[in-house]
Amino acid sequence: MRRRWTATVAITLAGLLGLSACGGGGSPAQPAASGDGGGGKQQVEVFSWWTGPGEADGLQAMRQIFEQQNPNLTFFDAAVAGGSGDKAKALLASKLQADTPPDTFQGHAGAELQGYIKAGDLEELNFLYDELKLADAFPAQLVEQISVDGKIYSVPVNIHRSNVLWFNPAVLKEAGVAGAPKTIDEFVAALEKVKATGKIPLSIGSEWTVTHLLESVLLGSLGTDAYNALFKPGADWNSAGVTKALESFKKIMSYAGSPQDDWQPAAKQVADGEAAFNIMGDWAYGYFHNPPDGGLGKASKTDFDWAPAPGTEGTYLWLSDSFTLPKGAKNRDGAVAWLKVAASKEGQDAFNPKKGSIPARKDADQSLYTDYLADALKDWSGDDLAGSIQHGVAVNQPWLAAINEAVGLFIGTQDVAELQKGLAAAATANAQ
Amino acid sequence: MRRVRAWLPGLLLVTPSIVAIGVFVYGLLGWNFQLAMTDKHDEVSEGSFVGLRNFIDIWDQARWHLSVNHAIVFTVVFVAGALVLGWFLAFLMEKGIWGEGTFRAIYLFPMAVSFVATGIVWRWLMNSGMDERAVGLNRLFDAIGLPQWEWFRNQEWGMAAMALPAVWQMSGYVMALFLAGFRGVPEELREAARVDGATEWGVYRHVVLPLLRPVTLSALIILGHISLKVFDLIVAVSGKQIVTDVPAVFMWVAVFDSHDPAKGATIASYIVLSVAVFVIPYLIWSVRKERRS
Repeated sequence: MRRRWTATVAITLAGLLGLSACGGGGSPAQPAASGDGGGGKQQVEVFSWWTGPGEADGLQAMRQIFEQQNPNLTFFDAAVAGGSGDKAKALLASKLQADTPPDTFQGHAGAELQGYIKAGDLEELNFLYDELKLADAFPAQLVEQISVDGKIYSVPVNIHRSNVLWFNPAVLKEAGVAGAPKTIDEFVAALEKVKATGKIPLSIGSEWTVTHLLESVLLGSLGTDAYNALFKPGADWNSAGVTKALESFKKIMSYAGSPQDDWQPAAKQVADGEAAFNIMGDWAYGYFHNPPDGGLGKASKTDFDWAPAPGTEGTYLWLSDSFTLPKGAKNRDGAVAWLKVAASKEGQDAFNPKKGSIPARKDADQSLYTDYLADALKDWSGDDLAGSIQHGVAVNQPWLAAINEAVGLFIGTQDVAELQKGLAAAATANAQ
Repeated sequence: MRRVRAWLPGLLLVTPSIVAIGVFVYGLLGWNFQLAMTDKHDEVSEGSFVGLRNFIDIWDQARWHLSVNHAIVFTVVFVAGALVLGWFLAFLMEKGIWGEGTFRAIYLFPMAVSFVATGIVWRWLMNSGMDERAVGLNRLFDAIGLPQWEWFRNQEWGMAAMALPAVWQMSGYVMALFLAGFRGVPEELREAARVDGATEWGVYRHVVLPLLRPVTLSALIILGHISLKVFDLIVAVSGKQIVTDVPAVFMWVAVFDSHDPAKGATIASYIVLSVAVFVIPYLIWSVRKERRS
């Protein structure tokens, strides 16, 4: 009896040891000590989440310009894979807490950076804006929306648009829908018509794509001013206007197909003619249009087409990737040199056509931007601006987490009153 | 002097691990509990002592109830599934199957795979597309005429589906435990039962199974504690979506997205306590048992 018992314990322990051995995490590649291998060159660690096709090519293009202009500096690519930067941000948080920041890191411009600013992790960049006269190079509304008490903490490299309705013209024709719907009501009517054909009216991906849909519906239902007011202190999320918008959101969600793994499979359903509509940011353009090793190789206007999300024409629901200057960067001068490239016309014109976004600067070379990007550039120069929720412009990270929680719970309960309560509570707890 | 020589080397040998465990396990556990009892709801504030308020307040949150329910469903399906399947595989092995070594290796192999790799493969297998859009298991089910499922995306039963990859992964290990247990039952006892006229089922029911109780308990503890703190599998299959939220994922979101250290620490404390509910009675039981024998 005794021996058998001992044997059992031994097996148990061996199993536990085996399990815990599997649990250890590999540490990310550390940059080699500066000065290695480059003949006295200094290294600049640039932290981003640009690893996918298109975006990584854009980063490479900027890197080449950087290394040409700064022969004594080498670029160290500390990119962490993962869409929307979830994993990158978790790693960054631990680096910042340990006071070992990268020399510069990517972040969505706007409220997403508030946490870092409050924690004193970022240096203000007004000196750079003055030196390079960036306040004149970027649109005034953009500079205003990324300033915190008159201080600016990041350099926007590109602009993406969130409120884009992607659709399949053939599926619309089959359903008898004349063109892209202009209002929420027209949108619902079009969804109903598509439903009758047996195709998926609206494709969706994982839960964050539903929050992405919500911001376009809020903007389309409330209008630009009321939407922007939602993120000011004392905003009223309990208003009848928000209730109406959320009712429309529920109605629209009732036409959604079964959720896909991420935004790409959802967009693909539109490109493949399985679904009629998808609301996704304009990074979807590159995915639709790029040749097959990184995209679907579809022809624009025939295989897929686009319009502003219903009710949002004339407003650019924007988001922007930007670079920052962390306090305590090992190579501050190198980081500033990188920011100068990121802010320059040359750098932005090298990066953006590859990434599939438009430059934040007003003086871009328009001939580089064709097809969808030409449309986007035109709208960007004339439209009103509203900041994206899901992509960190309008709300800070805790607020976004609370909104995502309310939306995630809503998908299960379908309870508009609960959703509104959750959104209102999120605003009260986090608005500043 | 001689006495010192008797205990000193032993003490020196274990001191490093006592110190390391003291600091990195119990020290950090203590720090976590201390953090959970403050109002440090963002990274910059100092945080003052608020007692058990965080532990009570969290029960007001709809998401917490959801994640606890999910953890319970997952645990029940996973533990029961792995125990039954593992026991059954061991039973077949014990009956003397041809090529036993090969089968044993095949059933044990999933243990060598990390939960993350398992999760990525099963995410594809459990794709919710149906009919012409079906891939993975739904494609197979469609071909052989079985009903197709939404799997882990189902709002009610998603967590039961989420337990399937975990069952797949761990049932081989449970099989190894049970097989060792079966082999440990002396042949004479079975012979005696047969001589007394017991059927083959009766031999298992009244002789073998009671002797397997310690093995079953060990398996239960191991599976139970894996299940209550499951994180990597869930994140690999569905990320941090609410439809498959469990306390460990909620904790991750609280710390890294909501930037609320006190809330994260509170959830972590609940996870530790729930595992302790499993482990501590087991420890007491085994210490008592060892004293007796």
